[in-house]
Amino acid sequence: MLKIEKLETYYGNIQALKGIDIEVSEGEIVTLIGANGAGKTTTLMSISGVVPPRSGKILLNGEDITGKAPDEIVPMGLIQVPEGRRIFPDLTVSENLDMGAFLRKDDAQIKRDVEYVFELFPILSERRNQRGGTLSGGEQQMLAISRALMAKPRILLLDEPSLGLAPIIVQQIFDIVKKINEEQKTTVFLVEQNANLALKTAHKGYVMETGRITMADTCENLLKNDEVQKAYLGM
Amino acid sequence: MSDTAKNGLSRYITAKDVKRSAIMAVWFMFLTFPIMVIKVNTVTDTVEWRWFNMLIIGVASFILSHVWKLMIDRREGRMADAVSSSVIVEKKTLRDRMEEKPMIKKVGSLVILVIAVLFPIVTGMYQTSIMITALLYVVLALGLNIIVGLGGLLVLGYIVFYGVGAYTYALLNYHFGLNFWLALPLGGIFAMIIGILIAIPVLRLRGDYLAIVTLAFGEIFRIVMENWNGLSFGPSGIANIPRPTLFGLDFSIQQSTTLTYYVIVIFVIITIFIVRRLEDSRLGRAWVAMREDEIAGEAMGIDMWKTKLAAFALSTFWAGVAGVIFAGKTTFINPASFTMWESILVLCMVVLGGMGSIPGVISGALIITLLPEYLRAFSELRMLIFGAVLVLVMVFKPEGMIPAIRQKYEFKGITGNKNKGDK
Repeated sequence: MLKIEKLETYYGNIQALKGIDIEVSEGEIVTLIGANGAGKTTTLMSISGVVPPRSGKILLNGEDITGKAPDEIVPMGLIQVPEGRRIFPDLTVSENLDMGAFLRKDDAQIKRDVEYVFELFPILSERRNQRGGTLSGGEQQMLAISRALMAKPRILLLDEPSLGLAPIIVQQIFDIVKKINEEQKTTVFLVEQNANLALKTAHKGYVMETGRITMADTCENLLKNDEVQKAYLGM
Repeated sequence: MSDTAKNGLSRYITAKDVKRSAIMAVWFMFLTFPIMVIKVNTVTDTVEWRWFNMLIIGVASFILSHVWKLMIDRREGRMADAVSSSVIVEKKTLRDRMEEKPMIKKVGSLVILVIAVLFPIVTGMYQTSIMITALLYVVLALGLNIIVGLGGLLVLGYIVFYGVGAYTYALLNYHFGLNFWLALPLGGIFAMIIGILIAIPVLRLRGDYLAIVTLAFGEIFRIVMENWNGLSFGPSGIANIPRPTLFGLDFSIQQSTTLTYYVIVIFVIITIFIVRRLEDSRLGRAWVAMREDEIAGEAMGIDMWKTKLAAFALSTFWAGVAGVIFAGKTTFINPASFTMWESILVLCMVVLGGMGSIPGVISGALIITLLPEYLRAFSELRMLIFGAVLVLVMVFKPEGMIPAIRQKYEFKGITGNKNKGDK
């Protein structure tokens, strides 16, 4: 579904990605774990077109999307939930969701999708007329994911959904991500620092260190791996 | 201030407040010392010391500082109430009632329309002329509101496009004898083209940087117009620009002023209509996303580049058309009409009235243009009063006199939740 080949991205003269290869197959949850500054967010930004890569290739369903603008990539079904949530603070929950469906014109289906999202996150339904900025951190993350779902993603990119949230909320959010993956057959590419939970949720994992992929395996194997246990799981 | 009023206030006033106010009074006495106390009599070459004035200033600032404190406290108290309790006591404002009963709105609009139509007939040419200027600023403010209020981009050199419109008419008329009606759309289109040309390099910037660069463009325009004699005739400007007429008839000054007035009224109505439609359109939603969070908007698949450019193009078009009407009204233009001060004034109108709110922006524009005009009686103090009004509005109504309707939805939303038994 999503294939990344020898991707290199720079910020000015600083090389953030030093030729990485990632493959995400249809229907999978794939996670990318690594420490701060490893280049996880840059990878996502390069895929979604916010930061154009300098070399390498990004293929979405076989089509080359390298260097395309975000507004060209979103209609192809690749939707990103940006780091730090970035909901629209002055818009209500409903209006935020509406914004997610910006490119869609099938009003009836949009309505059904809103209902589906409210089923996934009942708390959002209760708060539907409340301003986004007045929600708690966890609710904002839920809203950010919901908003992305409103764009009918075929592949959903999540950037650190656990950032700054209470463990119980994080667990809840990861459960929902799993549910979306199973019910909607949405492929998920998950970037996380919380390696333990990410590896338990995903099928396949990549480990990233200073701009390079150092390990790639199924999550089961990674969880058992000595190095991963020591460096990321604190065992 | 009378004793009874003081007693009414006394429960709010503590010793600390008295001390604070006393310091304030001393500070004001010190500040106003050179202008209020010392007076040099140039005839007899003596200095008068008017100590009594100092006393007045001291007492006045002492009392005013208490009133000020009281008002701030009340406002903060109200805000704290609104945040802490989920029960919001919704005061019925005129606007609520208007929304409940569309009749009131319709009748109100009709009354305003009738007044607008009868205005030049009832009042004289002088008043009509003032009103034209005011309405020109209404159009400018509504146009700038598209970029600043709806799109959230701070643009400071807006008057450039007004100038482009005015010069388009003046120059096309001078060289080719083009009449007012043809110049009207052309001025708009020309301003739009210049707007897009400036926007392309400038729109990579955001916030303060955008403001500074647009400010610079504003000055560049003015300086070029002042010095490029071959094009613009420099500071001496272009005179004898024909007033608008109809069907080639000869109009007296009064008749064309009345005509100009009606042109601008119609144009204001069109502007309101179009801006209202824009707000509800997809483009309007894209602007909301851009104002709220550009990156999130981009992640939603909104083409920010196009959205920004559209805001710039539409906004500058209005300024251009207003510029043509301005040139037709004054019959003389020179670069002095398009200074930075004008840009800032228009921005003030948008901010004072309420960013993104059409009735707010209109009333902001009317107040800022008409207040100094009708305060001519107090000519020495009018800028002072004007400044005081600006400060008071920003302190007590920071969202503007008539905030955008969006805020309204939210309050209804919270009370709506409460009714459903949430919390």
